[in-house]
Amino acid sequence: MKMLSKLIKARETGIMIALVLVVVVATARNPTFLFSPDGFRDLLLTPSILLLLAVGQAIVIITRSVDLSVGSVLGLTAYLTGRLFIDLPGIPIIAVFLIGIIFGGLLGLINGALVAFAKVPALVITLGTLYAYRGINVLWTGSDRINGSDLPSAFLSLGTSSLFGIPWLTIIALVVLVAAGWFLRTQRAGRELYAIGSDPEAANLYGLKVTQRVLVAFIFSGALAGLAGVLYAARYGTVSSQAGVNLELQAVGAAVIGGVAIFGGSGTVWGAAIGAFLLLTINRALPILGVQDFWQRAVVGVLIIGAIVLDRVLAVRQSRKLLEMRDES
Amino acid sequence: MTGTTAARTYRDYSQPLWRRLLISREAAVIGALALVIVVSMISVRAFAQPITITYLFLDIAPILLIALPMTLVIITGEIDLSVASIVGLSSVTVGVLHQNGMPIPAAALVALLVGLIAGAINGALITMVGLPSLAVTIGTLALYRGLAVGLLGTTAVTEFNKFWTDIAKSKIGDTAIPSVVILIVVLALVFGILLHFTTFGRGIFAIGLSPEAARFSGVNVERTKFILFMLSGVVSALAGIYYTLRFGSARGDNATGLELSVIAAVLLGGVSIFGGRGALPGVLAGVLLIGTLASALRLANVTSDVINVITGTLLIASVVGTSFLAWARNKRARPGGTRGNSPTATG
Repeated sequence: MKMLSKLIKARETGIMIALVLVVVVATARNPTFLFSPDGFRDLLLTPSILLLLAVGQAIVIITRSVDLSVGSVLGLTAYLTGRLFIDLPGIPIIAVFLIGIIFGGLLGLINGALVAFAKVPALVITLGTLYAYRGINVLWTGSDRINGSDLPSAFLSLGTSSLFGIPWLTIIALVVLVAAGWFLRTQRAGRELYAIGSDPEAANLYGLKVTQRVLVAFIFSGALAGLAGVLYAARYGTVSSQAGVNLELQAVGAAVIGGVAIFGGSGTVWGAAIGAFLLLTINRALPILGVQDFWQRAVVGVLIIGAIVLDRVLAVRQSRKLLEMRDES
Repeated sequence: MTGTTAARTYRDYSQPLWRRLLISREAAVIGALALVIVVSMISVRAFAQPITITYLFLDIAPILLIALPMTLVIITGEIDLSVASIVGLSSVTVGVLHQNGMPIPAAALVALLVGLIAGAINGALITMVGLPSLAVTIGTLALYRGLAVGLLGTTAVTEFNKFWTDIAKSKIGDTAIPSVVILIVVLALVFGILLHFTTFGRGIFAIGLSPEAARFSGVNVERTKFILFMLSGVVSALAGIYYTLRFGSARGDNATGLELSVIAAVLLGGVSIFGGRGALPGVLAGVLLIGTLASALRLANVTSDVINVITGTLLIASVVGTSFLAWARNKRARPGGTRGNSPTATG
């Protein structure tokens, strides 16, 4: 058991080292990458929104599902945020946050209900809602867009200002991360998510409430995408109908790079969070390293493939070790 | 993906053939397609004109082409998310080579080779390293698109020989049907025969139902999957060449997101995402259904984005409807029974 925990630990330390390496090399080339107020802030600020999506995605993937609709949920909530401030002047910011989270959770509930009760794979359902939610967004928004001037300045400053040098967005994302990490590691319901992902049939036979747990995982993912949508509005100020397009693959990519197995049952939200950091930090580091940022997606692709090949190698080695242990005893 | 009781429905072969055909999923999609065409012809004035057919086929040709190998890949229980990125990569290959003086046919051949290699990389990672195709092709989706965007940056190659761009947009004789339809029909026949009338095709279904059982019955599972991913790469590259010539523009971000349209159409056409079930006629009807709806709505001055809502809703309704029907039929036919639920029982 000790060896196993060591091995899992090694998986997250691996990407952590990669992340540190990228930051160190980029800083060596150009010290302002880290050692300037803006550089340090951007380092933390840029990945915060993706971090939230990656945490939600990790939880869903751990139960052997996938949520492709998160980008569309983010887009809808971001526009809703703007509309709330425009249509209800003086609405408290905290209320907007709550509405955003609940709205995202409801969209997640629709995903989860379709997946859990209709027994249709999540890939198909969330591919459908990816289109449907985005389409509703485009219908609702049209060519309209939310501008920074439509939003209260207190809300906008939330997206860029810091507390003791750490951006508020990052603080919010880290609080969510710690809460999700604690829940998955120590809580019974959290452990059950891993059991369901490892073997849904066995979990069902064992008497776990599979349907209910999967439903909750999707509500979670939706709510986090909703929160990310509110933060998106605060961070960027402008929201068009295309906000968050293609983010779903980045979120899945971050989780996969972070060691969350695509077929469920293993991985942590910590890994997914570091994966999100690594993805977007590389994005910012490439121009400094003299690589045109056009190549960023290719690098991301290599990273994802490298990560799953590494996982495969680790898994094969581990199963061989376990076999040896069994043979010895 | 959700590994919850993957209730596979098997066709009840005790029913006569005509009844099986009538209640099949393919028949439902083709019926829906016919309904959409009839309703559009009556209610949308500009729809019942030859030019509609021209643009319909010009627009959906890439989806129709890529849907063919995608159907086979999904029936084996795998998936290929990298197809649209291969379209982009092939488009950029043609563009860059042509810019440097290579004639279009030679550049197109190289692009096809690039597609073959891209598909072979997918296939090798999936069959030789043993990785899940979903994860691999999310990775190569980013990788191939990244190569395409990296090679051309934000620039575009638009200088193409008019002779070739005209061919991409040409029509068959005096009819309104674009020439590309010939290509689609030929490939559809090839893939249809391959899937439904050859040993190789039966192997594809067998793999989707149970890879283990297929292996024990002598199907070379790895080789079959490898070939399918290479086919997927080549056909995607072909779609990329068409896309480039049709719009006269090679860009790194050509056809971004097309993979989702293709998969949506294939699933709408009745192919099971669990593998082992599906037929090519249904898929073709699925693509045409989405395409026809889109063009009818566009002609009726509905914004083109409505089509996203409709594609998504259709997809969900079709899969949820199918599993609801299966559930209802099960409940009526054999209360408590589990006949035909295990692959071994059907022999």
